[in-house]
Amino acid sequence: MLMVDIEKRLDRYTLKARLQCDNSPLALFGASGAGKSMTLKCIAGIEKPDKGVIQLNDRVLFDSEKKINLPPQKRRVGYLFQEYALFPDMTVSGNIKAGMHKLPKQEREERLRELITRFQLDGMENRRPDTLSGGEKQRVALARIFASSPEVLLLDEPFSSLDTLLKYQLIPYIREIIAVFGGETILVSHDIEEVRRLCPALSVITDGATSTIKDTEALYQQIKSQYETL
Amino acid sequence: MDLYPLFNALRIAAISSVIVFFVGIAASYYIAKAPRIIKGILDVLFTLPLVLPPTVVGYLLLLALGPKRAIGRFFLEAFNIHMTMQWWSAIFAVTVVVFPLMYRTARGAFERFDETLADAGRTLGLSNSYIFWHIRLPSCKQGIIAGVVLSFARALGEYGATSMIAGYTPGKTATVSTAVYQLWRTGNDALAVKWVFINIAISAAVLLVVNYLERPQRRRSSC
Repeated sequence: MLMVDIEKRLDRYTLKARLQCDNSPLALFGASGAGKSMTLKCIAGIEKPDKGVIQLNDRVLFDSEKKINLPPQKRRVGYLFQEYALFPDMTVSGNIKAGMHKLPKQEREERLRELITRFQLDGMENRRPDTLSGGEKQRVALARIFASSPEVLLLDEPFSSLDTLLKYQLIPYIREIIAVFGGETILVSHDIEEVRRLCPALSVITDGATSTIKDTEALYQQIKSQYETL
Repeated sequence: MDLYPLFNALRIAAISSVIVFFVGIAASYYIAKAPRIIKGILDVLFTLPLVLPPTVVGYLLLLALGPKRAIGRFFLEAFNIHMTMQWWSAIFAVTVVVFPLMYRTARGAFERFDETLADAGRTLGLSNSYIFWHIRLPSCKQGIIAGVVLSFARALGEYGATSMIAGYTPGKTATVSTAVYQLWRTGNDALAVKWVFINIAISAAVLLVVNYLERPQRRRSSC
């Protein structure tokens, strides 16, 4: 169970994010600039909230009153960045190994082989990120995240830099990855179609304020009927 | 033809470039994290030698290192070392004059670095020093190498501050630039012209290297 209850003052509004997420993936749904990515960055420890609590099972990741603020390195939160943020000067293998550079060499090589096979990256081991397609970059980024054995998975607009056709091919693939992962997963998206195919529940975020958790299908039907009465 | 001025200028430039490489990178990296006021003050201080006349830099250095001044007198009394008028005295002058070139080029490279890459590294459990050496520096290496080469080129040609703190002693403190001045002053035009062409050739070669390194790259997330 991941529990988030934080506040952070930003230029245009104050982010007030209150979320709970267990083993079923949760979507954070809202327009761009509504504070979705900022919420993820606070969970990952990249940004520091002004106050509040972030707790993962019995581990406190952040607590402003108890002055706890674990660095990102100790949070074990896997973050899939919008543009994937692959290290440009490392090969595909190098990128994946960066996620587990503390493991002993032999174990690391074994894990690397596993991940290369699992994410269908055979033959690309020595290529640089700038020679990969969008879909390939995403697979490398996912392999790199799983190399670091995260306990939480944060997906920040995972399809935004892919074309529509590829996106609909990749949705089942991502769904399976989330299912196999089995841990707390939060998906950030502004596309209700995408959310509907991946997350049964969502929270709508408007100007930094999250709504109570809603049933995705119900909201989808509501939006659809609004369209039909136009 | 006595090649000592070339040898001396090259060794002064090389040593100064190495010093400026480390200090420049450290300064440009840490200034990015400093509070705004300190950042503003340090930035002016670090860039000042670029716009000051080298003679002013030389004068200020003499105020510190001259045999009757604080640091100069200390070294003279404690170790019997004269800080000025040695071949290596020029290193002080050249390092200060050249520092802004390295500092500003490296700072530019660091500022163009995509911080998301560092964030990604941290969420993957990488330490900040690992991120610095394996992600940040390689990403900025072109700018940093260009800064070193540019510093080296400028270091080879430094005249003003060098002539004040190291003077011109043939076979001891003479460099290409001070030799040209002395040869012209004493009417030895034939030799002065030779040195002028050597200087132009070296500088042109260095600039070619800089241009080659600063070619725009196709890669997006690197700087």
